[in-house]
Amino acid sequence: MSRRKFLGLAGAAGASALIGSSAHSASNKHFEGYPNSFGVLHDITLCVGCRSCEAACNRVNELPQPDVSFSDVSVLEQKRRTSSDAFTVVNKHANLKNSKVPIFNKIQCNHCLEPACASVCFVKAFKKTEQGPVLYDPSVCVGCRYCMVACPFDIPTYEYDKAFTPRVRKCTLCYPRIIEGLLPGCVESCPTGALKFGKRDDLIKIARDRISKKPEKYIEHIYGEHEMGGTSWLYLSGVPFKQLGMREDLGIKPAPEYTAGALSGVPIVVGLWPVLLTGIYAMTKRKEKVADLEKKECVKEAIEKEKADANAKLAKAMEKAETDKKTAIDKAVKKALEEASKAKVEG
Amino acid sequence: MSSETIESRKTYLNAFNICAGMIVLIGLFVTFLRFTGGLAKVTNLSNYNPWGIWIGFDLLAGVALAAGGYVTSAAVYIFGMKKYHSAVRPAVLTGFLGYSLVVIALSYDVGRPWRLPYPFIIQQGTTSLLFEVAACVALYLTVLFLEFSPAALEWLGLKKARSLAVKLTMVLTIFGVILSTLHQSSLGALFLIVPSKLHPLWYSPYLPIFFFVSSIIAGLSMVIFESSLSHKHFAYKMDETHLKEKDDITLGFGKAASLVLAGYFTIKVIGVSVANNWSLIATPYGLWFLVEMLGFVALPCFLYAIGVREKKVTLIRWTALWTVIGIVVNRLNISLVAFNWHLPSSERYFPHWMEIVISVFLLTVGIIAFRFIVTKMPILYEHPEYKDEH
Repeated sequence: MSRRKFLGLAGAAGASALIGSSAHSASNKHFEGYPNSFGVLHDITLCVGCRSCEAACNRVNELPQPDVSFSDVSVLEQKRRTSSDAFTVVNKHANLKNSKVPIFNKIQCNHCLEPACASVCFVKAFKKTEQGPVLYDPSVCVGCRYCMVACPFDIPTYEYDKAFTPRVRKCTLCYPRIIEGLLPGCVESCPTGALKFGKRDDLIKIARDRISKKPEKYIEHIYGEHEMGGTSWLYLSGVPFKQLGMREDLGIKPAPEYTAGALSGVPIVVGLWPVLLTGIYAMTKRKEKVADLEKKECVKEAIEKEKADANAKLAKAMEKAETDKKTAIDKAVKKALEEASKAKVEG
Repeated sequence: MSSETIESRKTYLNAFNICAGMIVLIGLFVTFLRFTGGLAKVTNLSNYNPWGIWIGFDLLAGVALAAGGYVTSAAVYIFGMKKYHSAVRPAVLTGFLGYSLVVIALSYDVGRPWRLPYPFIIQQGTTSLLFEVAACVALYLTVLFLEFSPAALEWLGLKKARSLAVKLTMVLTIFGVILSTLHQSSLGALFLIVPSKLHPLWYSPYLPIFFFVSSIIAGLSMVIFESSLSHKHFAYKMDETHLKEKDDITLGFGKAASLVLAGYFTIKVIGVSVANNWSLIATPYGLWFLVEMLGFVALPCFLYAIGVREKKVTLIRWTALWTVIGIVVNRLNISLVAFNWHLPSSERYFPHWMEIVISVFLLTVGIIAFRFIVTKMPILYEHPEYKDEH
């Protein structure tokens, strides 16, 4: 495989990683949720804290029996959260308007339209169904618990005590029941009508209607209509949601939008880095080569200069030697002549 | 004294081995508890706090501190800084061992570790930053293994395989930088999804950039720190080039670390300014943020600069250790201290002693492996048969 082909494939892999995504934020379309999906409207003003919903949830999901029976409302004195054995819990809150009548609020999975848990799961163990429920598939779950980190409502729980088959546990909106046309366990068992099951669009209309008919009873906010891009559970309250331990600072941005930017950086890095790095490498190489050439040139010049110098020196020396030789010969000849003439004179 | 050391090296009964042996034994015991009793048996993790120090320290800090491999090989092979050549092998080895330990640590942390290949073979959750982390770490571990392999092949005497591995150096280096850029930054990007849970002073859309830039600091500091330790304990293994280049590496990497720290400080300030979080500085969390920024970013930046200017090698080495601690502090701040900051203290996390045991155990295993390899393989010296081949 040529380098070019390989890099092409690597780039394509990065790009397909994005195309294959189910995060709606990867496009510029605004996802408003599946049409005709279901939800539940929880009118907090009607909840009396009877825990019937908790009991029903325990029954239909075949969860282990708790130590304290569901008819015992003393547990409401403590703040509780969902656990692997309880997909929904009711909490009691002080009523600042009328201290004699406490407010009760039920918590469970809110079944976001664009769930954080689903967007962060690296094996797609979570799925937002067209009917509304966000479902979890334990058969692929690795148990990294990123879903629990990501959930802005602190809902998913984990079976920490299981060594081999730990699962993430959370409310399913009673998916197996609603596809059979039955009501979710909690809704069915609610004696006061605080919970209303239906199409999410209809529930929003009903909620608006209730607010406009009794503006003195409700605050003008349907919690879940826009929070984190919207949820399938919707809430009506007579007091600000913050007083009920519900966060009002979550914003309306769907969770996947927070990571869309970082994800779209992947193909850029995969595409640009090889070009940049190979370029830098080529420049370094070139620099080295030029430096090397210059060095060689220098050495060559030096050698040549040295050679020329040496030659000149040699020539000079030769010349000198020649003159010396000539002088010596002259001298010798002169001496010989002198000696000859001397001999002549003597002889 | 020296004959005593040689003697104890022979009998394997020196202080290091006894200490390491005990840690390994306790570690194996806790490992047994973990894999038979589940996470609840050995950790303080909860439904509010699904990630503890095995993610905060072993994964986040571990990956950052293993960045020396890509930083050094990029400097030497791509940027042509040949005078640091003798730092490449120790750095690549540290990186390789570091990433191996990260994967081992992960298999303690995830619920069903035997499913770790699932994101690749069953279904790909490509919208998850964790998928990117997993893919890059898996690929980069392979790259590091290949980058490390020449040393092992020289040790084994497999010349043909070795020359093939050496030929791949350039491609592997470029690959290493791409993969490191991606996963170092995505570790920060993991926390982009939790603006409501992470304290605003630490949460930023720039988290991926912060993590990437600080990984370069971590890599440079680890190379200095690790080379000074190696020099102290394995000087007898080093050849002339290594001994000669040692101070060059300390000074050069210290200079680079000082510059990158200055850059990091600047982009962190930009992060706070863009979010306009200055008012939060005057809160308890703000003070802790200042400790991190001034004590672990600005201070080492100055100390490195002074050390390089005055050529004080010892100061640079201590600064490297301080910076390494700073990186750990930063990663723990993001994953544990500033995470869930809105929860009451009764619902916050503090590690169980057995979680700490596992982290120390894995660190010890890493040091033992490093010791074994540098005493056997040509890491701190050039193999005499392959001199002048680079």
